[in-house]
Amino acid sequence: MALQDKYAELLQTANNIGVTNLSVAEKDGTLHVSGTAKTTADYDALWALYDKIDPNMASGDLMMNIDIKADAGAQLKVTTDSTNLNIRSTPSTEGEIVGKAAHNEIVTLVEKTDDSWWKIKTKDGEEGYAYAQYLSPEA
Amino acid sequence: MKLTRVLMLLITATTLFFVSCGPKDADIKAKVEAALKADPTMSSTAVEVKDGVVTISGECKDNECKANCQKTAEAVKGVKSVMNNCTVAPPPPPPVAPPASLTTALDEATQQRVKDGLKDIKGVTVSFLEDKAVLVGEVTKADRMKIMQMLAAAKVKSDVSKLTDKK
Repeated sequence: MALQDKYAELLQTANNIGVTNLSVAEKDGTLHVSGTAKTTADYDALWALYDKIDPNMASGDLMMNIDIKADAGAQLKVTTDSTNLNIRSTPSTEGEIVGKAAHNEIVTLVEKTDDSWWKIKTKDGEEGYAYAQYLSPEA
Repeated sequence: MKLTRVLMLLITATTLFFVSCGPKDADIKAKVEAALKADPTMSSTAVEVKDGVVTISGECKDNECKANCQKTAEAVKGVKSVMNNCTVAPPPPPPVAPPASLTTALDEATQQRVKDGLKDIKGVTVSFLEDKAVLVGEVTKADRMKIMQMLAAAKVKSDVSKLTDKK
């Protein structure tokens, strides 16, 4: 229970901002929190809170597996630092590059293949897998 | 005078007799070499013999080998003494601990996901130990956040104690 106390503010906030399917479980000294945030802003707020409660997120006692609500057809913004985002034939960097999406380009979600790789489609019709880390659902 | 000549002859003959009967240095050398070669661990030794005194030099793999070398040479007929100048090879270095990636409980696909996620973040290396990704390097605050989010998405625990803040 101690970990739920430590992250009480985070859990409370997740509830308040309407994270759906919120699940909290403590196992082997790690608190597992999962759910779906409504927007990218909510997602960022939760991560900022995590960093505030546990500076640099260094304790390794929280697994925050929160994703952002995005259904097929949703608009995603490419959030690379400045470079193009590779679109690949398979969900891995081993996959052949079949296209590129520019920084800040808006692409369409085809399917959330897994938590790391999403299938997307650009407005030019290029379709393939891109690393989900660099895709933020548009509100 | 006749007696003197006979005595002289006798002495000469005796000397010749003993010299010819005692094994020659070259023979001893060959025998010692053969005896040492019979044991493959002592094959890299050199043998010199002078007046029945054997000098062995070379490298033995350990002290036991060196002692055996000495015994083997001493056992050869005609050897008066053995100078054992063999050196003992230093012990082999202790086995190096296997790289962390060999002791991980994380499967290949998961490791690849983490590596994929770190591709665009410079100055950070990752290894895998038990169920954790161990990160080493210097990162900006924003990159640290990205790394943690990426690890969470890949459902991988982390050890970020060696991940320092970029000033």
